[in-house]
Amino acid sequence: MIALHHYLVLSALLFAIGVVGIFLNRKNLIVLMMAIELMLLAVNMNFVAFSHYLNDLAGQLFVFFILTVAAAEAGIGLAILVVLFRNLSTIDVDKLDSLKG
Amino acid sequence: MLNNFVMPDLYPAAPELFLATMACVILLVDLFAGSRRRWLAGTLTQLALIGCAAITFLNYGEAASLTFSNMFIDDPVSDLLKLLVYVSVFGVLIYGRDYLAERDLDKGEYYLLVLFATLGMMVMISAYNLLTLYLGLEMLSLSLYALVAIDRDSPRATEAAMKYFVLGALASGLLLYGMSMIYGATGTLEVGLIAQALQDGIANRTILVFGLVFLVAGIAFKLGVVPFHMWIPDVYHGAPTAVTLFIATAPKLAAFAMALRLLVSGLFALADEWQTMLMLMAVLSIGVGNLAAIAQTNIKRMLAYSGISHMGFMLLALMSGVAGRDVDPMALVNAYSSAMYYSIAYVLMSLGAFGVVLLLSRAGYEAENLEDFKGLNKRSPWFAAMMMITMLSMAGIPFFVGFFAKFSVLLAAVAAEHLTVVVIAVIFSLIGAYYYLRVVKLMYFDPPADSAPIRASMDMRVLLSANGLAIALLGLFPNALMMLCTVAVLRSL
Repeated sequence: MIALHHYLVLSALLFAIGVVGIFLNRKNLIVLMMAIELMLLAVNMNFVAFSHYLNDLAGQLFVFFILTVAAAEAGIGLAILVVLFRNLSTIDVDKLDSLKG
Repeated sequence: MLNNFVMPDLYPAAPELFLATMACVILLVDLFAGSRRRWLAGTLTQLALIGCAAITFLNYGEAASLTFSNMFIDDPVSDLLKLLVYVSVFGVLIYGRDYLAERDLDKGEYYLLVLFATLGMMVMISAYNLLTLYLGLEMLSLSLYALVAIDRDSPRATEAAMKYFVLGALASGLLLYGMSMIYGATGTLEVGLIAQALQDGIANRTILVFGLVFLVAGIAFKLGVVPFHMWIPDVYHGAPTAVTLFIATAPKLAAFAMALRLLVSGLFALADEWQTMLMLMAVLSIGVGNLAAIAQTNIKRMLAYSGISHMGFMLLALMSGVAGRDVDPMALVNAYSSAMYYSIAYVLMSLGAFGVVLLLSRAGYEAENLEDFKGLNKRSPWFAAMMMITMLSMAGIPFFVGFFAKFSVLLAAVAAEHLTVVVIAVIFSLIGAYYYLRVVKLMYFDPPADSAPIRASMDMRVLLSANGLAIALLGLFPNALMMLCTVAVLRSL
Protein backbone atom coordinates (compact mmCIF):
# COMPACT_ATOMS: atom_id res chain seq x y z
CA MET A 1 0.00 0.00 0.00
CA ILE A 2 1.42 3.35 -0.98
CA ALA A 3 0.79 5.89 1.75
CA LEU A 4 0.53 9.67 1.45
CA HIS A 5 3.98 10.27 2.82
CA HIS A 6 5.58 8.26 0.01
CA TYR A 7 4.16 10.72 -2.48
CA LEU A 8 5.20 13.66 -0.35
CA VAL A 9 8.79 12.44 -0.08
CA LEU A 10 8.97 11.79 -3.80
CA SER A 11 7.61 15.22 -4.68
CA ALA A 12 9.91 16.86 -2.13
CA LEU A 13 12.85 15.12 -3.80
CA LEU A 14 11.74 16.22 -7.26
CA PHE A 15 11.23 19.77 -6.00
CA ALA A 16 14.68 19.78 -4.40
CA ILE A 17 16.25 18.52 -7.63
CA GLY A 18 14.50 21.36 -9.44
CA VAL A 19 15.71 24.05 -7.02
CA VAL A 20 19.25 22.66 -6.94
CA GLY A 21 19.17 22.47 -10.72
CA ILE A 22 18.43 26.19 -10.92
CA PHE A 23 21.26 27.15 -8.60
CA LEU A 24 23.96 24.67 -9.65
CA ASN A 25 23.40 24.78 -13.36
CA ARG A 26 26.06 27.03 -14.90
CA LYS A 27 25.87 25.85 -18.47
CA ASN A 28 22.63 26.10 -20.28
CA LEU A 29 19.43 28.09 -19.97
CA ILE A 30 17.35 25.29 -21.48
CA VAL A 31 18.38 22.98 -18.64
CA LEU A 32 17.38 25.75 -16.28
CA MET A 33 13.90 25.84 -17.77
CA MET A 34 13.65 22.09 -17.38
CA ALA A 35 14.51 22.51 -13.70
CA ILE A 36 11.71 25.07 -13.34
CA GLU A 37 9.29 22.68 -15.01
CA LEU A 38 10.38 19.90 -12.67
CA MET A 39 9.60 22.10 -9.67
CA LEU A 40 6.10 22.77 -10.92
CA LEU A 41 5.51 19.09 -11.63
CA ALA A 42 6.61 18.21 -8.11
CA VAL A 43 4.01 20.67 -6.82
CA ASN A 44 1.42 19.03 -9.05
CA MET A 45 2.18 15.62 -7.61
CA ASN A 46 1.80 17.08 -4.13
CA PHE A 47 -1.59 18.52 -4.99
CA VAL A 48 -2.85 15.33 -6.58
CA ALA A 49 -1.67 13.18 -3.69
CA PHE A 50 -3.28 15.45 -1.10
CA SER A 51 -6.42 15.71 -3.18
CA HIS A 52 -6.72 11.91 -3.35
CA TYR A 53 -6.16 11.33 0.33
CA LEU A 54 -8.39 14.22 1.41
CA ASN A 55 -11.17 13.14 -0.96
CA ASP A 56 -11.39 16.70 -2.20
CA LEU A 57 -11.35 17.61 -5.88
CA ALA A 58 -10.05 21.16 -5.48
CA GLY A 59 -6.43 20.00 -5.49
CA GLN A 60 -6.77 18.24 -8.83
CA LEU A 61 -8.50 21.28 -10.22
CA PHE A 62 -5.58 23.42 -9.13
CA VAL A 63 -3.25 21.10 -11.07
CA PHE A 64 -5.04 21.85 -14.33
CA PHE A 65 -4.45 25.54 -13.79
CA ILE A 66 -0.81 25.01 -12.86
CA LEU A 67 -0.26 22.97 -16.03
CA THR A 68 -1.85 25.65 -18.17
CA VAL A 69 0.09 28.48 -16.55
CA ALA A 70 3.31 26.44 -16.79
CA ALA A 71 2.74 26.12 -20.54
CA ALA A 72 2.27 29.88 -20.85
CA GLU A 73 5.32 30.44 -18.70
CA ALA A 74 7.43 28.16 -20.87
CA GLY A 75 6.16 30.08 -23.88
CA ILE A 76 7.29 33.43 -22.48
CA GLY A 77 10.56 31.94 -21.25
CA LEU A 78 11.44 30.46 -24.62
CA ALA A 79 10.50 33.72 -26.35
CA ILE A 80 12.87 35.61 -24.07
CA LEU A 81 15.50 32.93 -24.74
CA VAL A 82 15.21 33.43 -28.50
CA VAL A 83 15.55 37.20 -28.14
CA LEU A 84 18.50 36.71 -25.82
CA PHE A 85 20.20 34.41 -28.29
CA ARG A 86 19.74 36.95 -31.07
CA ASN A 87 21.42 39.61 -28.95
CA LEU A 88 24.22 37.65 -27.29
CA SER A 89 24.61 34.62 -29.62
CA THR A 90 24.82 32.39 -26.56
CA ILE A 91 22.54 30.79 -24.01
CA ASP A 92 25.25 30.19 -21.45
CA VAL A 93 24.20 31.11 -17.93
CA ASP A 94 27.70 32.37 -17.18
CA LYS A 95 27.55 34.92 -19.98
CA LEU A 96 24.63 36.74 -18.34
CA ASP A 97 26.85 39.03 -16.35
CA SER A 98 26.66 42.50 -17.89
CA LEU A 99 24.38 43.75 -15.10
CA LYS A 100 26.32 44.03 -11.88
CA GLY A 101 26.71 46.26 -8.88
CA MET B 1 -27.14 18.50 -12.54
CA LEU B 2 -27.10 21.64 -14.62
CA ASN B 3 -29.98 23.04 -12.60
CA ASN B 4 -27.59 23.44 -9.68
CA PHE B 5 -25.73 26.17 -11.49
CA VAL B 6 -26.23 29.50 -9.80
CA MET B 7 -25.27 32.63 -11.64
CA PRO B 8 -22.51 34.27 -9.57
CA ASP B 9 -22.93 37.83 -8.46
CA LEU B 10 -20.86 39.75 -10.97
CA TYR B 11 -21.15 43.13 -9.31
CA PRO B 12 -18.14 42.84 -6.94
CA ALA B 13 -15.93 41.85 -9.87
CA ALA B 14 -17.22 44.60 -12.16
CA PRO B 15 -13.91 46.51 -12.46
CA GLU B 16 -12.02 43.35 -13.43
CA LEU B 17 -14.66 42.35 -15.97
CA PHE B 18 -14.66 45.85 -17.43
CA LEU B 19 -10.86 45.90 -17.71
CA ALA B 20 -10.75 42.44 -19.29
CA THR B 21 -13.34 43.50 -21.86
CA MET B 22 -11.49 46.74 -22.57
CA ALA B 23 -8.21 44.86 -22.98
CA CYS B 24 -9.80 42.63 -25.63
CA VAL B 25 -11.34 45.66 -27.37
CA ILE B 26 -7.99 47.47 -27.40
CA LEU B 27 -6.34 44.34 -28.78
CA LEU B 28 -8.70 44.39 -31.75
CA VAL B 29 -8.66 48.16 -32.20
CA ASP B 30 -4.88 48.20 -32.25
CA LEU B 31 -4.83 45.38 -34.77
CA PHE B 32 -6.93 47.32 -37.27
CA ALA B 33 -5.77 50.83 -36.46
CA GLY B 34 -2.42 50.61 -38.24
CA SER B 35 0.73 52.44 -37.34
CA ARG B 36 -0.63 55.92 -38.12
CA ARG B 37 -3.28 55.72 -35.45
CA ARG B 38 -1.02 54.29 -32.82
CA TRP B 39 -2.12 56.84 -30.23
CA LEU B 40 -5.50 55.13 -30.16
CA ALA B 41 -4.27 52.23 -27.99
CA GLY B 42 -2.71 54.56 -25.45
CA THR B 43 -5.77 56.79 -25.20
CA LEU B 44 -8.14 53.85 -24.89
CA THR B 45 -5.94 52.34 -22.18
CA GLN B 46 -6.16 55.52 -20.18
CA LEU B 47 -9.91 55.66 -20.68
CA ALA B 48 -10.17 52.06 -19.51
CA LEU B 49 -8.31 52.93 -16.33
CA ILE B 50 -10.57 55.93 -15.71
CA GLY B 51 -13.61 53.69 -16.25
CA CYS B 52 -12.25 51.13 -13.79
CA ALA B 53 -11.63 53.86 -11.25
CA ALA B 54 -15.22 55.08 -11.63
CA ILE B 55 -16.63 51.58 -11.17
CA THR B 56 -14.42 50.84 -8.17
CA PHE B 57 -15.28 54.18 -6.65
CA LEU B 58 -19.01 53.52 -6.99
CA ASN B 59 -18.43 50.03 -5.58
CA TYR B 60 -16.45 51.35 -2.63
CA GLY B 61 -18.24 49.28 -0.05
CA GLU B 62 -18.86 49.36 3.64
CA ALA B 63 -18.19 45.68 4.13
CA ALA B 64 -16.72 42.70 2.31
CA SER B 65 -18.74 40.89 -0.33
CA LEU B 66 -17.73 37.52 -1.71
CA THR B 67 -18.57 36.09 -5.09
CA PHE B 68 -17.65 33.24 -7.48
CA SER B 69 -18.03 30.57 -4.75
CA ASN B 70 -15.98 32.64 -2.31
CA MET B 71 -13.04 32.81 -4.67
CA PHE B 72 -13.19 36.55 -5.04
CA ILE B 73 -13.58 39.22 -2.40
CA ASP B 74 -14.42 42.88 -2.68
CA ASP B 75 -13.67 44.70 0.57
CA PRO B 76 -12.61 48.27 1.43
CA VAL B 77 -8.91 47.36 1.50
CA SER B 78 -9.07 45.89 -1.98
CA ASP B 79 -11.08 48.85 -3.28
CA LEU B 80 -8.61 51.36 -1.88
CA LEU B 81 -5.59 49.44 -3.18
CA LYS B 82 -7.18 49.06 -6.60
CA LEU B 83 -7.88 52.79 -6.82
CA LEU B 84 -4.23 53.46 -6.03
CA VAL B 85 -3.14 50.89 -8.61
CA TYR B 86 -5.15 52.76 -11.27
CA VAL B 87 -3.64 56.06 -10.23
CA SER B 88 -0.10 54.73 -10.37
CA VAL B 89 -0.60 52.91 -13.68
CA PHE B 90 -2.12 56.09 -15.10
CA GLY B 91 0.97 57.97 -13.96
CA VAL B 92 3.25 55.31 -15.42
CA LEU B 93 1.56 55.61 -18.81
CA ILE B 94 1.90 59.39 -18.91
CA TYR B 95 5.48 59.51 -17.58
CA GLY B 96 6.63 56.78 -19.94
CA ARG B 97 4.90 57.93 -23.13
CA ASP B 98 7.57 60.25 -24.53
CA TYR B 99 10.38 57.94 -23.46
CA LEU B 100 8.80 55.02 -25.27
CA ALA B 101 7.86 57.06 -28.33
CA GLU B 102 11.45 58.24 -28.75
CA ARG B 103 12.63 54.63 -28.68
CA ASP B 104 9.80 53.39 -30.93
CA LEU B 105 8.48 51.13 -28.18
CA ASP B 106 5.04 52.68 -27.71
CA LYS B 107 3.27 50.01 -29.69
CA GLY B 108 -0.01 48.37 -28.82
CA GLU B 109 1.80 45.49 -27.14
CA TYR B 110 3.12 47.78 -24.45
CA TYR B 111 -0.30 49.11 -23.54
CA LEU B 112 -1.87 45.67 -23.62
CA LEU B 113 0.79 44.13 -21.44
CA VAL B 114 0.37 46.98 -18.97
CA LEU B 115 -3.38 46.42 -18.98
CA PHE B 116 -3.09 42.68 -18.47
CA ALA B 117 -0.57 43.21 -15.69
CA THR B 118 -3.02 45.64 -14.10
CA LEU B 119 -5.78 43.06 -14.39
CA GLY B 120 -3.48 40.51 -12.75
CA MET B 121 -2.83 42.91 -9.90
CA MET B 122 -6.54 43.53 -9.42
CA VAL B 123 -7.26 39.80 -9.29
CA MET B 124 -4.40 39.37 -6.82
CA ILE B 125 -5.73 42.14 -4.61
CA SER B 126 -9.23 40.66 -4.61
CA ALA B 127 -8.27 36.97 -4.40
CA TYR B 128 -9.86 34.99 -1.60
CA ASN B 129 -8.70 31.59 -2.70
CA LEU B 130 -5.19 30.27 -3.27
CA LEU B 131 -6.12 29.47 -6.87
CA THR B 132 -7.29 32.98 -7.77
CA LEU B 133 -4.28 34.41 -5.99
CA TYR B 134 -1.94 32.24 -8.03
CA LEU B 135 -3.67 33.08 -11.29
CA GLY B 136 -3.57 36.80 -10.59
CA LEU B 137 0.08 36.60 -9.63
CA GLU B 138 1.02 34.73 -12.78
CA MET B 139 -0.97 37.10 -14.96
CA LEU B 140 1.02 39.96 -13.46
CA SER B 141 4.37 38.20 -13.61
CA LEU B 142 4.09 36.87 -17.16
CA SER B 143 3.12 40.33 -18.43
CA LEU B 144 6.04 41.88 -16.56
CA TYR B 145 8.59 39.42 -18.01
CA ALA B 146 7.43 40.34 -21.49
CA LEU B 147 7.43 44.06 -20.67
CA VAL B 148 11.04 43.96 -19.49
CA ALA B 149 12.04 42.37 -22.80
CA ILE B 150 9.95 44.77 -24.89
CA ASP B 151 13.08 46.50 -26.16
CA ARG B 152 14.15 43.34 -27.87
CA ASP B 153 17.29 44.69 -29.53
CA SER B 154 18.85 45.69 -26.23
CA PRO B 155 21.15 42.98 -24.82
CA ARG B 156 20.82 44.53 -21.37
CA ALA B 157 17.03 44.44 -21.33
CA THR B 158 16.84 40.86 -22.56
CA GLU B 159 19.38 39.75 -19.99
CA ALA B 160 17.33 41.44 -17.28
CA ALA B 161 14.20 39.78 -18.61
CA MET B 162 15.85 36.36 -18.50
CA LYS B 163 17.01 36.85 -14.94
CA TYR B 164 13.61 38.13 -13.92
CA PHE B 165 11.93 35.20 -15.59
CA VAL B 166 14.11 32.53 -13.96
CA LEU B 167 13.91 34.00 -10.47
CA GLY B 168 10.22 34.83 -10.84
CA ALA B 169 9.47 31.27 -11.91
CA LEU B 170 11.47 29.98 -8.95
CA ALA B 171 9.43 32.24 -6.66
CA SER B 172 6.17 30.99 -8.12
CA GLY B 173 7.40 27.43 -7.61
CA LEU B 174 8.20 28.10 -3.96
CA LEU B 175 4.86 29.81 -3.42
CA LEU B 176 2.99 26.93 -5.05
CA TYR B 177 4.85 24.35 -3.01
CA GLY B 178 3.85 26.24 0.13
CA MET B 179 0.26 26.43 -1.09
CA SER B 180 0.16 22.69 -1.72
CA MET B 181 1.37 22.03 1.82
CA ILE B 182 -1.22 24.38 3.30
CA TYR B 183 -3.87 22.70 1.19
CA GLY B 184 -2.74 19.31 2.41
CA ALA B 185 -2.82 20.36 6.04
CA THR B 186 -6.14 22.19 5.99
CA GLY B 187 -7.97 20.45 3.14
CA THR B 188 -9.15 23.70 1.60
CA LEU B 189 -7.96 26.43 -0.71
CA GLU B 190 -10.20 29.19 0.57
CA VAL B 191 -8.49 31.79 2.73
CA GLY B 192 -11.35 32.04 5.21
CA LEU B 193 -11.68 28.28 5.60
CA ILE B 194 -7.92 27.93 6.08
CA ALA B 195 -8.14 30.36 8.99
CA GLN B 196 -11.12 28.39 10.31
CA ALA B 197 -9.27 25.08 10.07
CA LEU B 198 -6.29 26.55 11.91
CA GLN B 199 -8.51 27.86 14.65
CA ASP B 200 -10.18 24.48 15.12
CA GLY B 201 -6.73 22.96 15.45
CA ILE B 202 -7.47 20.08 13.11
CA ALA B 203 -4.53 20.85 10.84
CA ASN B 204 -1.14 19.16 11.13
CA ARG B 205 1.12 21.88 12.46
CA THR B 206 4.40 20.47 11.11
CA ILE B 207 3.13 20.42 7.55
CA LEU B 208 1.63 23.87 8.03
CA VAL B 209 4.85 25.45 9.23
CA PHE B 210 6.77 23.68 6.48
CA GLY B 211 4.37 25.13 3.94
CA LEU B 212 4.47 28.53 5.59
CA VAL B 213 8.25 28.78 5.08
CA PHE B 214 7.84 28.31 1.33
CA LEU B 215 4.88 30.64 1.22
CA VAL B 216 6.79 33.41 2.97
CA ALA B 217 9.76 32.85 0.65
CA GLY B 218 7.47 33.24 -2.35
CA ILE B 219 5.94 36.44 -0.98
CA ALA B 220 9.39 37.79 -0.13
CA PHE B 221 10.53 37.19 -3.70
CA LYS B 222 7.61 39.15 -5.08
CA LEU B 223 8.11 42.00 -2.61
CA GLY B 224 11.85 41.93 -3.25
CA VAL B 225 13.22 41.74 0.28
CA VAL B 226 16.53 40.28 1.42
CA PRO B 227 17.48 37.40 1.01
CA PHE B 228 15.25 37.13 -2.06
CA HIS B 229 16.17 40.48 -3.59
CA MET B 230 18.80 39.47 -6.17
CA TRP B 231 16.59 40.19 -9.15
CA ILE B 232 15.56 43.72 -8.14
CA PRO B 233 18.72 45.72 -8.97
CA ASP B 234 19.39 43.86 -12.22
CA VAL B 235 15.83 44.12 -13.47
CA TYR B 236 15.49 47.79 -12.50
CA HIS B 237 18.79 48.55 -14.20
CA GLY B 238 18.29 46.51 -17.35
CA ALA B 239 14.66 47.24 -18.16
CA PRO B 240 13.70 50.36 -20.15
CA THR B 241 13.13 53.10 -17.56
CA ALA B 242 9.42 53.36 -18.33
CA VAL B 243 9.05 49.66 -17.53
CA THR B 244 11.22 49.99 -14.42
CA LEU B 245 8.83 52.70 -13.27
CA PHE B 246 5.93 50.29 -13.72
CA ILE B 247 7.64 47.40 -11.89
CA ALA B 248 8.68 49.66 -9.03
CA THR B 249 5.21 51.02 -8.29
CA ALA B 250 1.87 49.26 -8.63
CA PRO B 251 3.04 45.60 -8.19
CA LYS B 252 4.26 46.51 -4.70
CA LEU B 253 0.68 47.29 -3.73
CA ALA B 254 -0.47 43.96 -5.12
CA ALA B 255 2.32 42.11 -3.30
CA PHE B 256 1.31 43.88 -0.11
CA ALA B 257 -2.29 42.77 -0.64
CA MET B 258 -1.08 39.21 -1.21
CA ALA B 259 0.94 39.23 2.01
CA LEU B 260 -2.01 40.67 3.94
CA ARG B 261 -4.46 38.15 2.53
CA LEU B 262 -2.28 35.09 3.00
CA LEU B 263 -0.56 35.82 6.27
CA VAL B 264 -3.11 37.90 8.14
CA SER B 265 -6.47 36.71 6.81
CA GLY B 266 -5.38 33.13 6.23
CA LEU B 267 -2.56 32.09 8.50
CA PHE B 268 -3.04 34.38 11.43
CA ALA B 269 -2.94 31.43 13.83
CA LEU B 270 0.68 30.92 12.78
CA ALA B 271 1.56 34.56 13.47
CA ASP B 272 4.32 33.61 15.91
CA GLU B 273 6.17 31.76 13.19
CA TRP B 274 5.75 34.18 10.34
CA GLN B 275 6.44 37.24 12.44
CA THR B 276 9.89 35.92 13.27
CA MET B 277 10.60 35.30 9.59
CA LEU B 278 9.33 38.74 8.60
CA MET B 279 11.37 40.38 11.33
CA LEU B 280 14.57 38.75 10.09
CA MET B 281 13.82 39.74 6.51
CA ALA B 282 12.85 43.27 7.50
CA VAL B 283 16.08 43.90 9.42
CA LEU B 284 18.22 42.38 6.67
CA SER B 285 16.42 44.36 3.95
CA ILE B 286 16.74 47.67 5.75
CA GLY B 287 20.42 46.98 6.39
CA VAL B 288 21.49 45.55 3.04
CA GLY B 289 19.28 47.89 1.02
CA ASN B 290 20.62 51.07 2.61
CA LEU B 291 24.26 50.00 2.63
CA ALA B 292 24.31 48.70 -0.94
CA ALA B 293 22.54 51.82 -2.24
CA ILE B 294 25.46 53.97 -1.07
CA ALA B 295 27.84 52.15 -3.40
CA GLN B 296 25.75 52.73 -6.52
CA THR B 297 26.56 55.19 -9.29
CA ASN B 298 23.53 54.31 -11.36
CA ILE B 299 20.37 55.97 -10.10
CA LYS B 300 18.11 53.11 -11.20
CA ARG B 301 20.20 50.67 -9.16
CA MET B 302 20.27 53.11 -6.27
CA LEU B 303 16.49 53.38 -6.29
CA ALA B 304 16.29 49.59 -6.54
CA TYR B 305 18.27 49.15 -3.35
CA SER B 306 16.33 51.95 -1.71
CA GLY B 307 13.15 50.09 -2.70
CA ILE B 308 14.48 46.98 -0.96
CA SER B 309 14.97 48.93 2.25
CA HIS B 310 11.50 50.50 1.92
CA MET B 311 9.91 47.08 1.55
CA GLY B 312 11.83 46.07 4.67
CA PHE B 313 10.11 48.91 6.51
CA MET B 314 6.76 47.75 5.20
CA LEU B 315 7.44 44.24 6.57
CA LEU B 316 8.37 45.80 9.88
CA ALA B 317 4.80 47.07 10.19
CA LEU B 318 3.32 43.81 8.94
CA MET B 319 5.08 41.87 11.66
CA SER B 320 3.99 44.27 14.41
CA GLY B 321 0.40 43.13 14.53
CA VAL B 322 0.61 41.05 17.68
CA ALA B 323 2.29 42.28 20.85
CA GLY B 324 3.18 39.46 23.17
CA ARG B 325 0.38 37.01 23.82
CA ASP B 326 -2.68 39.20 24.14
CA VAL B 327 -4.09 40.40 20.85
CA ASP B 328 -5.26 43.99 21.00
CA PRO B 329 -7.53 44.56 17.99
CA MET B 330 -6.65 48.26 17.75
CA ALA B 331 -2.91 47.58 17.72
CA LEU B 332 -3.58 45.06 14.97
CA VAL B 333 -5.42 47.60 12.87
CA ASN B 334 -2.72 50.19 13.52
CA ALA B 335 0.04 47.85 12.39
CA TYR B 336 -1.67 46.77 9.18
CA SER B 337 -2.91 50.20 8.27
CA SER B 338 0.58 51.65 8.75
CA ALA B 339 1.96 48.89 6.50
CA MET B 340 -0.60 49.91 3.92
CA TYR B 341 0.17 53.58 4.38
CA TYR B 342 3.85 52.82 3.91
CA SER B 343 3.30 50.95 0.66
CA ILE B 344 1.15 53.76 -0.67
CA ALA B 345 3.70 56.40 0.32
CA TYR B 346 6.47 54.33 -1.28
CA VAL B 347 4.56 54.02 -4.53
CA LEU B 348 4.02 57.80 -4.63
CA MET B 349 7.70 58.52 -3.98
CA SER B 350 8.88 55.90 -6.43
CA LEU B 351 6.63 57.38 -9.12
CA GLY B 352 8.12 60.81 -8.49
CA ALA B 353 11.74 59.67 -8.49
CA PHE B 354 11.53 57.56 -11.65
CA GLY B 355 9.36 60.26 -13.21
CA VAL B 356 12.24 62.74 -12.95
CA VAL B 357 14.66 60.14 -14.37
CA LEU B 358 12.31 59.78 -17.34
CA LEU B 359 12.00 63.55 -17.64
CA LEU B 360 15.77 63.92 -18.04
CA SER B 361 16.06 61.13 -20.60
CA ARG B 362 15.62 61.90 -24.28
CA ALA B 363 16.10 60.21 -27.63
CA GLY B 364 19.36 58.27 -27.59
CA TYR B 365 20.23 59.37 -24.10
CA GLU B 366 19.47 57.70 -20.79
CA ALA B 367 19.78 59.88 -17.71
CA GLU B 368 20.51 56.97 -15.45
CA ASN B 369 23.77 57.89 -13.78
CA LEU B 370 23.98 60.05 -10.72
CA GLU B 371 26.20 62.52 -12.64
CA ASP B 372 23.31 63.23 -14.97
CA PHE B 373 21.58 64.99 -12.08
CA LYS B 374 24.41 67.46 -11.64
CA GLY B 375 23.22 71.04 -11.66
CA LEU B 376 19.61 70.18 -12.33
CA ASN B 377 18.69 73.28 -10.34
CA LYS B 378 20.27 75.49 -13.04
CA ARG B 379 18.51 73.64 -15.82
CA SER B 380 15.10 73.44 -14.22
CA PRO B 381 14.63 74.77 -10.69
CA TRP B 382 11.05 73.52 -10.50
CA PHE B 383 11.79 69.88 -11.26
CA ALA B 384 14.93 69.98 -9.14
CA ALA B 385 12.64 71.02 -6.29
CA MET B 386 10.28 68.14 -7.09
CA MET B 387 13.18 65.69 -7.05
CA MET B 388 14.42 67.18 -3.80
CA ILE B 389 10.99 66.73 -2.20
CA THR B 390 10.94 63.11 -3.34
CA MET B 391 14.46 62.39 -2.10
CA LEU B 392 13.89 64.07 1.28
CA SER B 393 10.64 62.19 1.65
CA MET B 394 12.36 58.88 0.87
CA ALA B 395 15.01 59.70 3.43
CA GLY B 396 12.24 60.18 5.96
CA ILE B 397 12.83 63.83 6.74
CA PRO B 398 9.88 65.69 8.29
CA PHE B 399 7.46 67.03 7.00
CA PHE B 400 7.07 64.87 3.93
CA VAL B 401 4.91 61.80 3.50
CA GLY B 402 7.86 59.43 3.87
CA PHE B 403 8.51 60.71 7.38
CA PHE B 404 4.99 59.96 8.58
CA ALA B 405 5.05 56.57 6.88
CA LYS B 406 8.26 55.66 8.71
CA PHE B 407 6.97 57.22 11.91
CA SER B 408 3.75 55.23 11.97
CA VAL B 409 5.61 52.02 11.15
CA LEU B 410 8.06 52.61 13.99
CA LEU B 411 5.21 53.47 16.36
CA ALA B 412 3.50 50.19 15.52
CA ALA B 413 6.75 48.30 16.03
CA VAL B 414 7.31 49.99 19.39
CA ALA B 415 3.76 49.12 20.44
CA ALA B 416 4.59 45.50 19.62
CA GLU B 417 7.69 45.73 21.84
CA HIS B 418 10.28 45.26 19.10
CA LEU B 419 12.56 47.96 20.43
CA THR B 420 15.87 46.53 19.19
CA VAL B 421 14.51 46.21 15.69
CA VAL B 422 13.28 49.80 15.79
CA VAL B 423 16.69 51.08 16.85
CA ILE B 424 18.39 49.14 14.06
CA ALA B 425 15.88 50.44 11.54
CA VAL B 426 16.39 54.04 12.61
CA ILE B 427 20.18 53.76 12.47
CA PHE B 428 20.10 52.29 8.98
CA SER B 429 17.64 54.84 7.69
CA LEU B 430 20.00 57.54 9.00
CA ILE B 431 22.81 55.90 7.03
CA GLY B 432 20.42 55.76 4.09
CA ALA B 433 19.81 59.50 4.26
CA TYR B 434 23.37 59.92 2.92
CA TYR B 435 22.65 58.67 -0.57
CA TYR B 436 19.38 60.56 -0.87
CA LEU B 437 21.06 63.77 0.19
CA ARG B 438 23.89 63.08 -2.26
CA VAL B 439 21.37 63.43 -5.09
CA VAL B 440 20.17 66.74 -3.62
CA LYS B 441 23.77 67.94 -3.34
CA LEU B 442 24.49 66.99 -6.96
CA MET B 443 21.41 68.87 -8.14
CA TYR B 444 22.01 72.07 -6.19
CA PHE B 445 25.75 72.48 -5.68
CA ASP B 446 27.43 70.95 -8.71
CA PRO B 447 27.76 72.60 -12.12
CA PRO B 448 25.61 71.03 -14.81
CA ALA B 449 27.39 68.45 -16.98
CA ASP B 450 24.69 68.47 -19.61
CA SER B 451 23.07 71.64 -20.87
CA ALA B 452 20.41 70.27 -23.17
CA PRO B 453 17.02 71.87 -22.47
CA ILE B 454 14.48 69.72 -20.69
CA ARG B 455 11.57 68.96 -22.95
CA ALA B 456 8.45 67.26 -21.78
CA SER B 457 4.82 67.24 -22.73
CA MET B 458 2.39 69.38 -20.78
CA ASP B 459 0.54 66.52 -19.09
CA MET B 460 3.78 65.01 -17.85
CA ARG B 461 4.86 68.34 -16.37
CA VAL B 462 1.51 68.79 -14.67
CA LEU B 463 1.41 65.24 -13.35
CA LEU B 464 4.98 65.27 -12.12
CA SER B 465 4.36 68.55 -10.32
CA ALA B 466 1.17 67.16 -8.81
CA ASN B 467 3.11 64.10 -7.71
CA GLY B 468 5.78 66.15 -5.97
CA LEU B 469 3.22 68.41 -4.37
CA ALA B 470 1.19 65.41 -3.22
CA ILE B 471 4.26 64.08 -1.42
CA ALA B 472 4.66 67.43 0.31
CA LEU B 473 0.96 67.95 1.06
CA LEU B 474 0.36 64.44 2.36
CA GLY B 475 3.28 65.13 4.64
CA LEU B 476 1.64 68.29 5.95
CA PHE B 477 -1.74 66.61 6.34
CA PRO B 478 -0.90 62.97 6.98
CA ASN B 479 -4.14 62.15 8.75
CA ALA B 480 -6.40 62.07 5.72
CA LEU B 481 -4.68 59.13 4.02
CA MET B 482 -3.98 57.44 7.33
CA MET B 483 -7.67 57.61 8.24
CA LEU B 484 -8.56 56.12 4.87
CA CYS B 485 -6.17 53.20 5.46
CA THR B 486 -7.31 52.66 9.05
CA VAL B 487 -10.99 52.65 8.17
CA ALA B 488 -10.40 50.30 5.24
CA VAL B 489 -8.39 47.86 7.35
CA LEU B 490 -10.88 48.10 10.21
CA ARG B 491 -13.79 47.23 7.93
CA SER B 492 -11.96 44.46 6.14
CA LEU B 493 -10.32 42.43 8.86
